[in-house]
Amino acid sequence: MLEVRNLSKSFGGLKAVTDASLDVQEGSIVGLLGPNGAGKTTCFTMIAGFTKADEGSVRFKGQDITGLPPHRICALGMIRTFQIVQPFAGLTVQENIAVGAYLHHHNRNEAMSVARDVGKRLGMGAMLDRPASSLTIAGRKRLELARALATGSKLLLLDEVMAGLIPSEITEIVGIIRQIRDEGHTFLMIEHVMQAVMSLAETAYVLNQGKMIAHGPPRELVRDPSVVEAYLGHGAAARLQEENHA
Amino acid sequence: MKSQSIGQLALAAAAVAYLIGVYFASSPVWMGFTINALIIAVVAMSWNITGGFGGLSSFGHAALYGTGAYASAILQVKYGVNAWVGFAAGILAGAAMGAFIGALAFRYGLRGSYFALVTLAFAEVLRICASSFEFTGGGSGLQLKLAPGLANLQFADRTVVYTALLVVVAVVMILTALIKYSRFGAYLIAVRENEDAARALGIDTYRIKVQAMAISGAFGGLAGVLYLQLWLFIDSTVVYGSAISVEALIGPIIGGAGTVWGPLLGTLGLHLLGEGAKHLLPNAPGLNFVLYAVVLICALRFLPQGLVGLAGKFGAFTKKKEAEDA
Amino acid sequence: MSSLIFPAVLSGLMMGAVYALVALGLTLIYGVLHIINFAHGSLLMLALYAVYFLWYHLGIDPYLAIPIVLPAFFALGYALQRGLIAPMSSGSEQNVLLITLAISMIIDNLALYFWTSNTRTADIAYAYDTVEILGAFLPLGRVIAFCAAIAVAPLLWCFMAYTKTGSAIRAVAIEKRGAELVGIDVNHTYAICFGIGTACVALAACLLLPTFYITPQVGYTFVLVAFTTVVLGGMGSLPGALIAGLLLGVIESLCGLFLGESLGQIGIFLAFILILLFKPSGLLGRAR
Ligand SMILES: Nc1ncnc2c1ncn2[C@@H]1O[C@H](COP(=O)(O)OP(=O)(O)OP(=O)(O)O)[C@@H](O)[C@H]1O
Ligand SMILES: [Mg+2]
Repeated sequence: MLEVRNLSKSFGGLKAVTDASLDVQEGSIVGLLGPNGAGKTTCFTMIAGFTKADEGSVRFKGQDITGLPPHRICALGMIRTFQIVQPFAGLTVQENIAVGAYLHHHNRNEAMSVARDVGKRLGMGAMLDRPASSLTIAGRKRLELARALATGSKLLLLDEVMAGLIPSEITEIVGIIRQIRDEGHTFLMIEHVMQAVMSLAETAYVLNQGKMIAHGPPRELVRDPSVVEAYLGHGAAARLQEENHA
Repeated sequence: MKSQSIGQLALAAAAVAYLIGVYFASSPVWMGFTINALIIAVVAMSWNITGGFGGLSSFGHAALYGTGAYASAILQVKYGVNAWVGFAAGILAGAAMGAFIGALAFRYGLRGSYFALVTLAFAEVLRICASSFEFTGGGSGLQLKLAPGLANLQFADRTVVYTALLVVVAVVMILTALIKYSRFGAYLIAVRENEDAARALGIDTYRIKVQAMAISGAFGGLAGVLYLQLWLFIDSTVVYGSAISVEALIGPIIGGAGTVWGPLLGTLGLHLLGEGAKHLLPNAPGLNFVLYAVVLICALRFLPQGLVGLAGKFGAFTKKKEAEDA
Repeated sequence: MSSLIFPAVLSGLMMGAVYALVALGLTLIYGVLHIINFAHGSLLMLALYAVYFLWYHLGIDPYLAIPIVLPAFFALGYALQRGLIAPMSSGSEQNVLLITLAISMIIDNLALYFWTSNTRTADIAYAYDTVEILGAFLPLGRVIAFCAAIAVAPLLWCFMAYTKTGSAIRAVAIEKRGAELVGIDVNHTYAICFGIGTACVALAACLLLPTFYITPQVGYTFVLVAFTTVVLGGMGSLPGALIAGLLLGVIESLCGLFLGESLGQIGIFLAFILILLFKPSGLLGRAR
């Protein structure tokens, strides 16, 4: 469904992403992992058309979408969420979601009712009339997801929707994501919460210092020495091995 | 969605009562004064589309107002075109000017203070041009021939003028309400609240902003044409001057930016205040602007949502509705 | 025609230096407070009247009025920022712009009320003595203004670079929070900055009055030119403001020569729009 080939991006002298490629099959949940500053968010901004890649191409549903503006990409059915949540602070939760719903429902009543349905499905039924600015961080993360879903997009790029949530909230959102996937959506998600990645993603990619260093099923990735080193520093894998043997 | 509150309904009712009361006022001064205020209210409604809903504060709405007035005046004076055609042309010219300024400014990503300054500069360029070229009547301006009659869109009877203006104001307010509750309005508000999020949700923010400028331009041009048909005379200072740009933004901010009633309430309130001051201190030109400025500063500090926001705090229905839902 | 170009360029440079001086104050305020002071031109107008009345009623020569007007306007600027703009704006950029607009409306219209729209000039005879520079004849008053205005930019720069207050201002400009943490009083520094910006305007008034006219509207003309200068020079850049001011003086003078007096300023506004659109970071500014 999504084929990303050799994306590169540098900011001034800093190479944020170098030669990154990845594939997402329709109906799957794919993880994108990596330590802080690895370039994950930058990958998303390039894929979704927010920044122009220096090099590389993106294909979505077989169509070349490299360099298209975000609204065109969204119209084709791919949408990103923001790591730092971006609610429309002055609007209510339902109005926030309705902005997404307007993409395919031009009539206000329809958009509002789609928004209500989506909100209820994501467990936000009681908050629909509250201003978005009054939501907790968990509520705002969920609102990001709800708005994205309301656009009717089939491929959702989620940027750390679980960061800052308590375990019970994580369990809840994992269930919601699985349910949405079963309804026919596809996910590419940046996530630091390993427990969530393990239980959701079939495959995952690991980015370190802008380069893809590994990909495969998450369970295998956590045992991959290069991945462990990326997270814990040089020599960490060897030390862990020794500790395990001792 | 937020419901209307009793306070807001009362405020709107007061405005309507005043506007009807003008018909029965003992002195014709009231009607003349209110006519002027209503024309400014239309400019304020024009500003409200971009500044209120879109968060794109223009400091040069005179560019739109003046373009509407000049387009119609030039067609009528130089080409002998019918006033009704000039009326339509003025609206279109305002819309075109709005779209042009917007297309340029937003193409290069101007916002905030930069957008404010560039709109101001456009108004100023147009003012200087209008005062310099023979085509626009130069420094002496343009004068329409006095020829009262429906066909020429000139009315000798003040009451007719006033009624026509009330109809126009009502139409512009209805259009504003339609915009506010449409997909376009939702998108425009989304752009104001968070442009990045709006882009992610599939909104072509550039297009929305340019369209908003075009609509605002149409309203602004309309106001300019109304002025022209009322006074039959324009010059560059009157229609492209900074006073119009200031009045365009001050009414909505005080009345409530991004609301349907705000521009009308704010403009009427300010003009009543200015008129009152004029009676207390005659021979003080510009005193009304000093008052407006003081009110503006106070409103920015104490009434962030304007009069409409303030009124909304009294007798809100929303609380009750939530309780029923629960 | 070509024989007219050189004098026009020179006289443009003379005026441009004053534009630069006015813009120095504006760009300093922008560079530190990140606000666009709409009232800047009105403050200039107010200063012009102050200098005028000192001359008219007390016979004080405009150049000798500098030590009176400069501190007075510094104090006025300080008070405006500390007492009005900061407390009333709730920290929003748009509110600041609107409040300074309101301040300019108040000053302009009160001036109109008290001093009427009559144009006034100070008849200071020696200001119109001509000075010959490279074959062009220029009024002495303009030449003095040029020299003084040009001298201010390096002085201001040295002040920023070598004094304690100057480093506090730079610290606040770069990192407000950090400056706060090391014990700099940010509100005080902001107000000082606004005071210095206003003092620049007072100095410009002293230099302008001998060869210029005053009306309550004169500030509006200047504020737009000053905005253009600041944007062209790069928002917040002192050397940029100097170069841009001189450049705009020349542009205005040449446009006046070729397009006629009334269209002279159009060159400035067109330059303004073009810069805002194509190079909003200006000649010497950092990217936004
Ligand atoms: N607009 C930008 N300008 C300059 N540098 C940037 C920009 N955006 C990102 N970077 C840099 O690029 C690198 C990658 O950033 P990115 O946000 O993609 O990392 P990330 O993997 O999402 O990290 P995190 O887990 O902290 O969110 C970082 O060093 C960051 O500082
Ligand atoms: Mg990130």
